[in-house]
Amino acid sequence: MKPVYFDHAATTPVDPRVFEAMTPFFCERFGNPSEPHRLGREARSAVDQARARVAALLGAGENEIVFTAGGTEADNLALFGSLARLQPGHLVVSAVEHPAVMEAARALNGRGWDVDYVPVDGDGVVDREAYRAAFRDDTRLVSVMTANNVVGTVQPVAELARIAHQKGALFHTDAVQAVGSLPVDVDELGVDMLSLSGHKLHGPKGVGALYVRRGTRLQPLLHGGGQERRLRSGTENVPGIVGLGVAMTLACEAMPEVRPRLERLRDRLVAGVLARVPEVTLLGHPTDRLPGNAAFAVRYVEGESLLLRLDARGFTVSSGSACAAGSDEPSPVVQALGVRPEDAHGSLRVSLGRENTEEEVDAFLDALPPIVDELRRMSPLYAKR
Amino acid sequence: MYTDLVLDHFTNPRNVGEIEEADGVGEVGNPVCGDVTRISIAVGEGDVITDVKFKTFGCGAAVATSSMLTEMVVGKSLREAADVSNVAVAEALGGLPPKKMHCSNLAADALQAAIRDYLLRSGREAEIDEILASPPKAPEPSSH
Repeated sequence: MKPVYFDHAATTPVDPRVFEAMTPFFCERFGNPSEPHRLGREARSAVDQARARVAALLGAGENEIVFTAGGTEADNLALFGSLARLQPGHLVVSAVEHPAVMEAARALNGRGWDVDYVPVDGDGVVDREAYRAAFRDDTRLVSVMTANNVVGTVQPVAELARIAHQKGALFHTDAVQAVGSLPVDVDELGVDMLSLSGHKLHGPKGVGALYVRRGTRLQPLLHGGGQERRLRSGTENVPGIVGLGVAMTLACEAMPEVRPRLERLRDRLVAGVLARVPEVTLLGHPTDRLPGNAAFAVRYVEGESLLLRLDARGFTVSSGSACAAGSDEPSPVVQALGVRPEDAHGSLRVSLGRENTEEEVDAFLDALPPIVDELRRMSPLYAKR
Repeated sequence: MYTDLVLDHFTNPRNVGEIEEADGVGEVGNPVCGDVTRISIAVGEGDVITDVKFKTFGCGAAVATSSMLTEMVVGKSLREAADVSNVAVAEALGGLPPKKMHCSNLAADALQAAIRDYLLRSGREAEIDEILASPPKAPEPSSH
């Protein structure tokens, strides 16, 4: 069997149609969009077309889309850009944010901003009571992700944004995992800013976007030639932007077919793992989760070991264990769900994508139990349980 | 990030298990930190280690260093075996990524604990300090 890729939450293969659409913009139509000559106009029109596509798919206006070099830059632009011009006050984020938001919040904390990290319940959903209680008179911004990258839980963003607005704060959401997998409409969500990334939806790496609602004042992170309505200087990544536009269009067009199919595959995988492997817990919300995300805590097994064994058998998955992440602590997201650290070390994330099949899921379900069994027999913790 | 030899020892670990009626057993690490290694030894004539087995809960580096260590110390005297350092095991594996060096500290520490256990059991407490002259360790991050 050929290798099976189950790590779509980390990154996705570029769709060949996306690659084809991007290709001319490297060697032939390589113009700088800021130039008035024919090559420049061609590039400008390609960027404008991509912007129109991204905007329409989000239910946004064209002048509300700022292209960036990816999700991390979009998150940083949202947090630093909206707060830079203000006197330090108060910022609210969830306890399960991606490092791009979490570390930006910490950096703001270092510049005098107070930050509250709102806890989540056992399913990974933001605790509403704690959320409401976190607001202060000087709360300027809230950032809560649309769907979690580790455990897949989808947050009640529309409700959280409404509350933030009642309290007079701006609301940003990191929708990097959600866009292309779930319907995302900026007006339905009621958000002021929204981050997305190309490579999570079968587009290229190195490109993303920030939606900025009209009237939201931002300062740029990068100063220079004033591209992207002065919010993101630097010559546009034309092939990447074109790729993002096409990739997002394809993902959203395919969603009515892909989403239910992925959900069926995911449910089959979750049910199979829980039935075949003892002492395993599903992480994240049982139903309100990303279509392709299946995350587990496998007790008495260390996640990187599990990942490497599965890799040797041709299955590419991810783990939130400390060692897999190259840190001293197991995934803070998994721990925020109340999972004990010793169990969080055994976290396993399987993220399915549109090219995955039922045969691949079934092959995984056959491969996993003996690997877990072997690692447990090697584990001094298992004998003592 | 891992050398082929590390992956080989991880994929086909040598001497996994536990010696029944072992002469000495040592366990180090903490499940909260994500790694625990247990080593059991059999000691024969002339203080020679005749058998070693390990069990490890840990990452690829922790498993591979445990496996490599067991291969390195079978047939050695207690004193020689106690001199095998974490750094020496990592070197025998062709090196480990810098972030993984702390994961490699468990194996030799567990062996030292097993040797100590053996000496205590056989009423040779007085020799512990002499036999377990501490070998250099890889630097550990502060949280461990």
